[in-house]
Amino acid sequence: MLKFDNVTKIYEGGKKAVDKMNLEVEKGEFIVFIGPSGCGKTTTMKMINRLIEPSEGTIYINGEDIMKKDPVKLRRSIGYVIQQIGLFPHMTIRDNIALVPKLLKWPESERRARAEELLKLVHLPPEYLDRYPHELSGGQQQRIGVLRALAADPPLILMDEPFGALDPITRDSLQEEFKNLQQSLGKTIVFVTHDMDEAIQLADRIVIMRDGKLVQVGTPDEILRNPANDFVEEFIGKERLVQARPNIQTVEQIMNPAPVTISVDKSLSQAIELMKQRRVDTLLVVDDQQILQGYVDVEMIDQKRKKSYQVGEVMETEMYTVKKDTLLRHTVRRILKRGMKYVPVVDNDHRLAGIVTRANLVDVVYDSIWGEENPEMTGQQEG
Amino acid sequence: MDSVIKFLSQNWSEILIKSWEHLYISLAAVLLGIIIAIPLGIVLTRVPKIAGFVMGIVGVIQTFPSLAILAFFIPVLGVGQVPAIIALFVYALLPILRNTYIGVRSVNKGMLEAGRGMGMTSWQRIVHVELPLAVPVIMAGVRLSTVYLIGWATLASYIGAGGLGDYIFDGLNLFRTDYIIAGSVPAIILALIADLLLGRLERWVTPKGIRNSKEAI
Repeated sequence: MLKFDNVTKIYEGGKKAVDKMNLEVEKGEFIVFIGPSGCGKTTTMKMINRLIEPSEGTIYINGEDIMKKDPVKLRRSIGYVIQQIGLFPHMTIRDNIALVPKLLKWPESERRARAEELLKLVHLPPEYLDRYPHELSGGQQQRIGVLRALAADPPLILMDEPFGALDPITRDSLQEEFKNLQQSLGKTIVFVTHDMDEAIQLADRIVIMRDGKLVQVGTPDEILRNPANDFVEEFIGKERLVQARPNIQTVEQIMNPAPVTISVDKSLSQAIELMKQRRVDTLLVVDDQQILQGYVDVEMIDQKRKKSYQVGEVMETEMYTVKKDTLLRHTVRRILKRGMKYVPVVDNDHRLAGIVTRANLVDVVYDSIWGEENPEMTGQQEG
Repeated sequence: MDSVIKFLSQNWSEILIKSWEHLYISLAAVLLGIIIAIPLGIVLTRVPKIAGFVMGIVGVIQTFPSLAILAFFIPVLGVGQVPAIIALFVYALLPILRNTYIGVRSVNKGMLEAGRGMGMTSWQRIVHVELPLAVPVIMAGVRLSTVYLIGWATLASYIGAGGLGDYIFDGLNLFRTDYIIAGSVPAIILALIADLLLGRLERWVTPKGIRNSKEAI
């Protein structure tokens, strides 16, 4: 689909931004360029649609040398999403989305239909088409930015830190939404970022660059498990490497397999006694099949003890759980991000298998820092 | 005061004709300025190296006394409306040129890159991105030029171009207050009306999406 053959870019003044780069990208692949600022990742991306022209070497798209194509036509056949959204403020959302089709001289009715069709992809109501960009939130604007790149249905889309200006929560949901979109549409994506979490979440393959050279190319798993050198290791960060350690893969391996539980039919005084005895403030509630029903904490008991008698009456049933075979790195991020004290671990039948507390996470990090392979689990729900 | 009213009632049709001449000279000069200065301003944004130089020259011309410029064109173009329009056009140039240059230059670079990256030709970028976004700034220049020129056009009477200046200079020579008022008040009214209408026009030609938010430019 896309091939770099010995591509070099030397800027005026002799700075080598990209140095003899070779890379092949498959059709439908999501490739993420990452590296510190000035590593040449953006230059590399912009050479693909000739916003920057390579000094040496050749770039092929579907076997055709891009330098032999008309740059304007080339760019219209490649989707492009830029850093600061870049919607045109004087055009309606409809005109923004249908810009490339307009440049390609599609008839008006087809352009309108296309804009409406695309807006449905991101679950925005059709009345947004007649609004102006400044009337939309940042997240909505960037959704439109992505749609604009999809408008003429290009097989290849370039994205230059598209989610960088968004707040973390919006970014998170947009990344997920976009990854799903990409997979369902089968587009080839070249994506530039400096955010490792973003790269790991989105990429089929990550390309780590430094000083214009490729340092490592591989799937997120390969890179996390076998960082090529100290630079990559440092760039990925200790925390992520720990989460990806081959011997600690699933939640089951680090969870505490014996959380403090109580059955639904026990009385509140029994519950409070158990808490006192085991020095915890929360109990997981299970039925006689060990199936997780909910939880009670000391506050709930304190509030309701005059009116209720059984654990089953006061317990809270809404709670976030993880399956025991979930990959650790997905879970850790959630726990840390949502600020949860603990997460119950269940098997496929929702039977309680254990619990992951923040103390367990401390163990994992401790092990990795001091290098001790100490599988002994400590900690309870004390949070 | 009675003499002024009497003068006006006797000469109102001539005042209207003079006002029209006045407006004609000023607007012709502004129109000429728009036709030359806007494209020139856009061209200058493509060659920033000589932009400073050209703006400098136009800036220096702007400081020449207006009467001197008007007089200067007499040996070249003779007397009458044409040299007056050309002399005034020289004054219209700078505000329009400078505002076009600044307006187009200050269009967000990200916008331009987005346009380029999506496959707009440079002509399409000018027409669909740069000009619409620079319109408020360019229009401010046109408005300023027009109001100035309506004022300066009174001097055009010196080189035989007619207009309301005729009354003012006659009044000065003959010590006739009614003449002076008959010339200057309509000139002031013309300037105010032009400013008002151009303000409306400015709002009307500004794209709807940027009328209330200026962050884009």
